[in-house]
Amino acid sequence: MAAEPILRTEALTRRFGGLTAVNDVRIDLRMGEIHAVIGPNGAGKSTLTNLLSGDLPPTSGRILFRDRDIAGRTPHRISRLGVGRSYQKTNIFKPFTVLENCRLAAQSRAPHALRILSRAERFRDLARNAEAALELAGLAQRADEIAANLSHGEQRQLEIAMCLATAPTLLLLDEPLAGMGATESARMVELIRALGRDHAVMLIEHDMDAVFAVAQRLTVMVNGEVLESGMPEAVRASPAVQSAYLGHGE
Amino acid sequence: MNRRRSDIALAAALLALALFPLAGSTFYLQLVTKIMAMAIFAMSLDLLVGYTGLVSLGHAAFFGIAGYTLALLSPQYEAANLWTTLPAAMAACAMFALVTGALVLRTSGIYFIMVTLAFAQMAYFVFHDTALGGGSDGIYIYVKPEMKLAGRTLLDLGDLGQFYDLVLILMTAVYLFLRRLLGSPFGRALAGIRANEQRMRSLGFPTFRYKLAAYVIAGALAGISGYLAALQFGFVNPEILSWHNSGIVLMMVILGGMGTLHGAIIGAFALVLLQEVLANQAWFGEAAKHWQLAMGVLIVLVALFLPRGLAGLGARPRKASADGR
Ligand SMILES: Nc1ncnc2c1ncn2[C@@H]1O[C@H](COP(=O)(O)OP(=O)(O)OP(=O)(O)O)[C@@H](O)[C@H]1O
Ligand SMILES: [Mg+2]
Repeated sequence: MAAEPILRTEALTRRFGGLTAVNDVRIDLRMGEIHAVIGPNGAGKSTLTNLLSGDLPPTSGRILFRDRDIAGRTPHRISRLGVGRSYQKTNIFKPFTVLENCRLAAQSRAPHALRILSRAERFRDLARNAEAALELAGLAQRADEIAANLSHGEQRQLEIAMCLATAPTLLLLDEPLAGMGATESARMVELIRALGRDHAVMLIEHDMDAVFAVAQRLTVMVNGEVLESGMPEAVRASPAVQSAYLGHGE
Repeated sequence: MNRRRSDIALAAALLALALFPLAGSTFYLQLVTKIMAMAIFAMSLDLLVGYTGLVSLGHAAFFGIAGYTLALLSPQYEAANLWTTLPAAMAACAMFALVTGALVLRTSGIYFIMVTLAFAQMAYFVFHDTALGGGSDGIYIYVKPEMKLAGRTLLDLGDLGQFYDLVLILMTAVYLFLRRLLGSPFGRALAGIRANEQRMRSLGFPTFRYKLAAYVIAGALAGISGYLAALQFGFVNPEILSWHNSGIVLMMVILGGMGTLHGAIIGAFALVLLQEVLANQAWFGEAAKHWQLAMGVLIVLVALFLPRGLAGLGARPRKASADGR
């Protein structure tokens, strides 16, 4: 049941000047498991994601991905190991079409990316991967739209689709549901649940219903530290969590 | 559809340029030759400025290095060989781009502008102040390079018309090469870097390497224009590396419309022709002496009212810089 973690952190710490945004954090992510991370605003959840994806280097500590320490590696190298991420603040290519956003994402995995004289459209496999990712994220009908013209919720879907188009084994999803309408949200929850079967997923989310619907493991962060971690029901019942976070009624 | 329309416009423009020598006087033949060489220069810069989002103010370094390469490789009383000196000039530029690019591409924004300028100034002083470049007087190229194939002269570069043809052919080749490159996966990645470099990195693109490759390609292509200019005028001096020359080519790109290859060509024609017109004493008398003032006003007007440059005049709203289909 409890497989070896694909990613494991040891004493992971990140300071911003005097502020310790991530403090001595240990977290395990496993294949086939959705690990939700919750916590109040400013708890350090996004900073943790940034450390794992390489967007920020840690101040100290280790990040073991398949037993290799990847702490401080550049984002593109971590990405190429099979770590995909989505951003809390939508981070897409606004001037491009929706399909081109995903096609670029898929291209990052292509060995022929540096060929400079062959037409991009010729690589049908890339377009197919991109279309498949759009289909999963529920954006297939919008493929030819310019990303900047999408609604906020659709841009959130695109954010996820781009992550999927890189075919990652480990997904770091930073508040994927934020800003989505009810229908898209429900659809996205189903997608995340499905992805959880054959991926390792770290899910940061404020929507508690969604968290308890899909998570097999739950970590609560407060002030940069892990307050509690374990099975969702057990964590929910923990008095410390009750008083520190869930009690205040998010 | 749009693409077809622009292909027809392009073919018509090239045909007009090909036929131009039949009508134009020697003066205009030389002027258009010079403009087409500048158009290559502007297109190469547009790859950086318009397509990759790298605003360089040191592009003249490549122009000058290529010119000096030809001058230094030319025997004093014999013709150099175009087949070896042109690639050598481009290789020298590519090397300079590789070395300086590895440093300047670690900076961005205003610092990128300053560091590219600084490297160009360093190159300027190397040619200006060392024995290598013949000081501020520069070097003369007394005999034009020859372009032979199997013992036969392909084009006589001393002949104005034939040299014109060579420059036209090279301008067309550079245009087609860059268009192809921009439509390739590599070109798409550059567009992605321009739009959102951080996202490109997190998608797994080693963006530094992509930018460096673009920088080297742009440098090598700029070398073609510097080589042609040195060949045309028969001498090189340090001024061709000056920041003034870097500024002119940047102005061509902006005037024509950044991120449109044909815009760079239009910008080169517009800037040089405007200069010719505004400085024409027969038309403007005393005012012609102050042509730079009039030019300045015109450029401000273009910047204000044509944010997409002259190339944006006839075009319909652009769908996207990198279209999915
Ligand atoms: N680049 C930065 N520089 C300085 N401080 C930062 C930086 N990024 C985050 N912080 C600080 O670190 C703390 C943790 O921020 P973080 O964004 O990780 O919280 P979060 O748990 O994701 O919150 P939210 O739920 O609002 O997204 C906050 O106090 C924040 O102000
Ligand atoms: Mg956050």
